[in-house]
Amino acid sequence: MMRGSSRSKSTQNLDRTVCMTNCPTLIVTVGLPARGKTYISKKLTRYLNWIGVPTREFNVGQYRRECVKIYKSFEFFRPDNEEGLKIRQQCASAALNDVRQYLADEGGQVAVFDATNTTRERRQTITAFAEQNGFKVFFVESVCEDPVVIAENIVQVKLGSPDYMNCNTEEAMEDFKKRIECYENSYETLDEVWDRHLSYIKIIDVGRRYLVNQVQDHIQSRIVYYLMNIHITPRSIYLCRHGESDLNVKGCIGGDSGLSPRGREFAKYLGKFIESQDISDLKVWTSQMKRTIQTAEAVSVPYEQWKALNEIDAGVCEEMMYEEIQQHYPLEFALRDQDKYRYRYPKGESYEDLVQRLEPVIMELERQENVLVICHQAVMRCLLAYFLDKTAEELPYLKCPLHTVLKLTPVAYGCKVESIFLNVDAVNTHRDRPEVGISTKTHRNVVAPVINIIRNISLTNDGAALVSHFLPVFFYTLFPDLGDACTLLFFANDLMQMM
Amino acid sequence: MLYGGQVEKIELQQTPLLKIWVPWLGIGGCKISRRRGSSVPQLTNSPTLIVMVGLPARGKTYISKKLTRYLNWIGFPTKVFNLGQYRRDAVQTYKNFEFFRQDNKEAMQIRKACASNALKDICIYFSKENGQVAVFDATNTTRERRVSIVSFAKEKGYKVFFVESICDDPDIIAQNITEVKVSSPDYVNCDKEEALADFLKRIECYKQTYVPLDDEKDRNLSYIKIFDVGSRYLVNRVQDHIQSRIVYYLMNIHVTPRSIYLTRHGESELNLLGRIGGDSGLSPRGHKYAASLGSFLKGQNIKDLKVWTSHMKRTIQTAEHLGVPYEQWKALNEIDAGVCEELTYEEIQEKHPEEFALRDQDKYRYRYPKGESYEDLVHRLEPVIMELERQENVLVVCHQAVMRCLLAYLLDKTSDELPYLKCPLHTVLRLTPVAYGCKMENIFLNVEAVNTHRERPVNVDVTRDPAEALKTIPDHF
Repeated sequence: MMRGSSRSKSTQNLDRTVCMTNCPTLIVTVGLPARGKTYISKKLTRYLNWIGVPTREFNVGQYRRECVKIYKSFEFFRPDNEEGLKIRQQCASAALNDVRQYLADEGGQVAVFDATNTTRERRQTITAFAEQNGFKVFFVESVCEDPVVIAENIVQVKLGSPDYMNCNTEEAMEDFKKRIECYENSYETLDEVWDRHLSYIKIIDVGRRYLVNQVQDHIQSRIVYYLMNIHITPRSIYLCRHGESDLNVKGCIGGDSGLSPRGREFAKYLGKFIESQDISDLKVWTSQMKRTIQTAEAVSVPYEQWKALNEIDAGVCEEMMYEEIQQHYPLEFALRDQDKYRYRYPKGESYEDLVQRLEPVIMELERQENVLVICHQAVMRCLLAYFLDKTAEELPYLKCPLHTVLKLTPVAYGCKVESIFLNVDAVNTHRDRPEVGISTKTHRNVVAPVINIIRNISLTNDGAALVSHFLPVFFYTLFPDLGDACTLLFFANDLMQMM
Repeated sequence: MLYGGQVEKIELQQTPLLKIWVPWLGIGGCKISRRRGSSVPQLTNSPTLIVMVGLPARGKTYISKKLTRYLNWIGFPTKVFNLGQYRRDAVQTYKNFEFFRQDNKEAMQIRKACASNALKDICIYFSKENGQVAVFDATNTTRERRVSIVSFAKEKGYKVFFVESICDDPDIIAQNITEVKVSSPDYVNCDKEEALADFLKRIECYKQTYVPLDDEKDRNLSYIKIFDVGSRYLVNRVQDHIQSRIVYYLMNIHVTPRSIYLTRHGESELNLLGRIGGDSGLSPRGHKYAASLGSFLKGQNIKDLKVWTSHMKRTIQTAEHLGVPYEQWKALNEIDAGVCEELTYEEIQEKHPEEFALRDQDKYRYRYPKGESYEDLVHRLEPVIMELERQENVLVVCHQAVMRCLLAYLLDKTSDELPYLKCPLHTVLRLTPVAYGCKMENIFLNVEAVNTHRERPVNVDVTRDPAEALKTIPDHF
């Protein structure tokens, strides 16, 4: 947001809300039915969670379905249906209540309130609710009058909705159109003058045009950038790893080796496969590592190298076998198994770092249409987690075997996945989550895990003293199953040595 | 590529400077490089012509210069073509606002000719000088003018993106005029009041024929409309990646007065030994500096200061002395020297003499084996710059190479100058945006430290004598 010297002191103070920069944000969708609000809500939620901002969507239609078990017809939505109105109001309130709980008590950072919110009155209520609770509000309005787009939306996501389980296509279409009409008369779009103090983005005609007003902070700026880069043109994204490499065969991680004979075979088949798919305007992206480039050379399409697609940097463990890591760095090995997502190799990276590194790749993938990404195991896991909405806990254990292409096609609110094994054998490089007695933390974005706490402590002047004091507390808090004092001492010693 | 059932081995070689893998065909001992892949993502194909639109004193030149600086820094060769400059070159002396009157036919002809010349130069910039983006900085307030630019661009195969600045706040306009117009060459012989009065009349000349970009009539053009210095934006038909980046950048900049403080960590143990990289702690003098830094900041009385550090021990230790909350950015970590980490320059010369020479040949693009280049650093730092633009008062505690990159962005230095910018230890640079640029204050906090700056030696040939390579190495323990 730009704040020039033109604004009078009084308005400046109004805008200086009490919130600190870590104020939770309430995103409020606005728009007639079948304008893509839920599509946007789900996609935005998926993106924010992936970049590490705990986000959840609250779909009022869902609350309504739980309240009114059976949907009869559009009559429920008639503006003169008092009983219907009462129920819908209650549902909205229930949803807002859950929003408050999520943002205030459960560590949520962003809540997406997905409903039509088409009247100024309703939006006023929400704004007041947010102010009361110290949440920032950002509206996302979708405006579209193209009948073709609207009809397509209805076909893709409404006909299959639980509301129309017992109807045929024509009946459902007819009813839904009447439902939209119920909202049309009272629809008050966000107004340039009346709503000039609100923060919002208005998306017009599926992204042809945007109106952005009063962006308050970093997260709203990121949200705007994201929304302005997504599109709904049908396309497919192909993800695969490089062909089997020489280091793969040896069982070593990382490095920058070339393809093995089987890897070269895979590259050849990949070329054939891509040709057979007859993809229009395919872009091919590789990392800057030898093995992905060698693979791309076999696909007779020009390719582009992205340093951001390089495999995770294993630091001191580069080119080691898992057995060697266990031998030379047993503590590191164990810590990695405890929190594979956040664990950072010494002088290397973590999956969490990878996600940050890959964000521009995801943004460009959103802008593009048909793309083949030839990358690496950890990188592919991160990209896949984004497309398939996997949590930070699941991400490092996603199965991305060699010589297998995943074809992702956006459909309705998600992604269809086809897995195509190109029939060239390769070693298995997947390491399952080991079964350990030590409990692992189960939700992301909690205060820094042990490894980071220890590293931070070591940097203050009284490092040693602090560690010996706080260490037992940390361990018992985080690993309640770890009752064994000997094991505790073992960890403590190794940790002291690390510093 | 295939012989019968056998799969050909695809040979690659790594280019020595950039460390990019490229295919090669060895024919009779001579290497020929055949590259089907590009070493960077092709994020822009046709050249892009950015066309500013707006009445005088609406910030068009401010935006043009800032945007150009940003695009050049992230690696898109960009140049501003300021029509006012062309006019000053054509009409040596500016008399008064009458030149800009709608009915001044002679002046109109001159202005039209200037516009033509500017467009011609843009053509040359794109076709002969490897330009990728040109910013046509002029009022372009009539539909007629814009239509002619669009057809010019269409003819040449350039993409067009309009940036319109709309503002009716008299305070902002008056401030703009004071900051940049009154001191313009046009008003060199006038006093402030005369200049202000004349300029306001100049604006009136344009107002009569000003037709803003229209929602309906211009619905097929690609543009962003900036209202009231960024409180509101209208974005229409973004065509490609670069336009998307431009929009994102424009939506993040602001004009609120503030200062950016850049400093390196305090002197580190490895600094003392003349070793590069690593993750060591502060030396005793380094701690002293950090404490002085704390006192200095208190004395500056900065409102709402944000402090950023890297994830490396030495910057965090420095920030710890300040007694204020700080945010760690991995993106601010020092350049990764790969196999040369923790070596002295003498050791690098001994172990990797060729690499050492290559680095001196093109320090910006040179990538350490298994490490990074300055070019990589810039890409890594882009989100930091974007957030710096959003923020107000910030202190960035970072490292030599990182600080050079940030400084190059703020002071508009080229990629040739960047790796040799002087960023000594124990010195704070205070940068304050002023007019079209940045005022810089250099504050040495009076705690001695080793010098870590290595000038480019005269001989950069790979066959050079070790002595020639080591000539410019700073002293160390």
